[in-house]
Amino acid sequence: MLPIGNYLFLSFTLFTIGVIGVLTRRNVIVMLMSIELILNAVNINLVAFSRYWGGVDGQIFAIFVITDAAAEAAVGLGIILAFFRNRDTVLADEMDLLKW
Amino acid sequence: MLNAAVFYFFAVLAVASAIMMVTRRHIVHGAVYLITALLATAGIFLQLQAEFLFVVQIILYVGGIMVLFVFVIMLVNLDLSLRLVQFNRQRFVAGVLALVLGAQVLGAFWVSRTPIGRGPAAAVSPQNTEAIGQALFGRYMVPFEIASILLLVAMIGAVVMGKRRI
Amino acid sequence: MSHFLASSTFRELILPIIYGVVIVLILPLAAGYIVLLERKVMADMQARLGPMRVGPHGLLQPIADALKLLLKEDIIPQNADHFLFWLAPVASVAMALLAYAALPFGPAFQVADLNVGLLFILAVSSLGIYGIVLGGWASNSHYSLLGALRSAAQLVSYETAAGLGLVSALVWAGSLSMKGIVQAQYDRGVWFIFYAPVGFFIYMVGSIAETNRAPFDLPEAESELVAGYMTEYSGFRWALYFLAEYANMIVVAGIATTLFLGGWLRPFAGFHDHFFGTSIELLDIVPTLLFLAAAGFCFRLVPRQPVRIQKRFMAGVGGLCVFLAAVMFAVLFAPAPVMAGVHGAFWFLAKVAAYIYIFLWFRFTFPRYRFDQLMRLGWRFLIPLALVNVIGTAVAIALSEQWGLPPAVSVAITLAATIAVAVWLAARGDKPITAAAQPADGD
Repeated sequence: MLPIGNYLFLSFTLFTIGVIGVLTRRNVIVMLMSIELILNAVNINLVAFSRYWGGVDGQIFAIFVITDAAAEAAVGLGIILAFFRNRDTVLADEMDLLKW
Repeated sequence: MLNAAVFYFFAVLAVASAIMMVTRRHIVHGAVYLITALLATAGIFLQLQAEFLFVVQIILYVGGIMVLFVFVIMLVNLDLSLRLVQFNRQRFVAGVLALVLGAQVLGAFWVSRTPIGRGPAAAVSPQNTEAIGQALFGRYMVPFEIASILLLVAMIGAVVMGKRRI
Repeated sequence: MSHFLASSTFRELILPIIYGVVIVLILPLAAGYIVLLERKVMADMQARLGPMRVGPHGLLQPIADALKLLLKEDIIPQNADHFLFWLAPVASVAMALLAYAALPFGPAFQVADLNVGLLFILAVSSLGIYGIVLGGWASNSHYSLLGALRSAAQLVSYETAAGLGLVSALVWAGSLSMKGIVQAQYDRGVWFIFYAPVGFFIYMVGSIAETNRAPFDLPEAESELVAGYMTEYSGFRWALYFLAEYANMIVVAGIATTLFLGGWLRPFAGFHDHFFGTSIELLDIVPTLLFLAAAGFCFRLVPRQPVRIQKRFMAGVGGLCVFLAAVMFAVLFAPAPVMAGVHGAFWFLAKVAAYIYIFLWFRFTFPRYRFDQLMRLGWRFLIPLALVNVIGTAVAIALSEQWGLPPAVSVAITLAATIAVAVWLAARGDKPITAAAQPADGD
């Protein structure tokens, strides 16, 4: 195994790219995909530390994170579809029903 | 040596495709790049000798969740939205936030200052799948059941959202 | 030289590469001949002759087809997404070929025996869906897009059912490594199709749906969608899709063979009676006899060929069979690993061929499903049945290992229960959804 700093740095890079994606894109689906990227970055960290300490607990948590990602994708995409049916848009800044 | 080469290959692939995913105008291309990034992550799991997670990542993430994404993208694909501005006006905020995050992580590296080197002799069990199975159905039994309930709730939620008339 | 052959570099690095190259080289040919077989079987079931012109009995037809496809013009629709249009068929074939890395063609002939071999194959073949979905989307055509969406829904649904069907055999095997699974069947002395017949049935239906074969070939239903996701493809790219489809057929047949049909084990693998005084086992002579029978059949056909060159070719095919019979016989006297490898590969391929034959048979027997029927079959019959079957298998194992019942008895008990559930599901599943339960489809 390489020094764990490499994994941490990779994870951090992916995490930041994901955060920038969530903050700057207008399309809700791309924002959801960026969130997937963030979760993925966390998984790299978990697995790297699991290898570092020689147990499987980190990997178990990674599995839970993936479960969570699946649930989030299912519900999130369901909401997007429902919204698209009603308003014909998938852009975040046009989703302003609660603003007035 | 080979280990390092594998790691750097997948790391560069993951970061490059993540950047491409965030910047592409076309959302289907974005999805393809995200799939590449996820596959590269799977490769890194393999390099970390977590072969069960490698397979789970591919089956669940790439073969399941991303298929759902692509499916929805095709359902809501609007040629119109391609011609619109793809980024909002938060670029400045995002940049600052990324800088702050970066500074924080680097600070954490600096403060901890323990040699981030090779770990305590990490003995990897050759039976990775068995070890995970034992842990999941042993010590992590309750979280596992809760996760299954979470999935059930998400499934019902998705079905309700997918109905044309609630 | 022999020192090099025994070294770990050779065994772990060079040999897998050789295996991989052999598989990649042979596969297109094998796919072509499966197509020929398909046309011949179809012709036979419809009382026709099938392709007869190119070579005796059309034996060279696949090569002519391949040449034609290679020489065709390569058309990319103007408004297609060029990058994805190029990527999709390539991804399709790459994922189909990748699955062969973990498929054991015999005790010796396997590129890599992974710890998670079965999961790896499932994972890689679940990626093949992207080739279809992206190709359908990139074509920028309505038929293609509809075919791709149908295919995505169908594959995701039936992957679940097929995977759950495999679990019942996995629980008996207690291993995810393909070699370990076959070894478990040898140790228990029975193929898992007898321990988990319902699992085999579910996997068979699921695998037909996963490979987009009739009666589940809705993604490419020609009477509704022209050719589904392949509508805009032609020439070599189309051939790549075609290759991927047939490669996937061999993969699912290989999985079914390994898990349910004993992999490379010969029938009655536990029967070790020898010929008098020799070290040759009685049943190891069977492949030789089979090839000799095939050779005899070919030679009988020689005088009936109309043209002289076709006579020669037919005799050549017969000669090939004799040669293979000789090989099968000769390896009986070879060192044990060589003998096990060659005969293992023979039995494995024979079982794969039988499984594929059943695929073809289904195609020419059953009419195509309607899409809502397909979805109802998957979600309301196969998946519940698969879940019940997994529980039943677990109970059977508990009965036989905790309570000491003979496996045959415990399997029979749970099998009866599972089939009762299946009958109930089938009787319930046929009810049409009433108008009250179905929301009005206004918009």
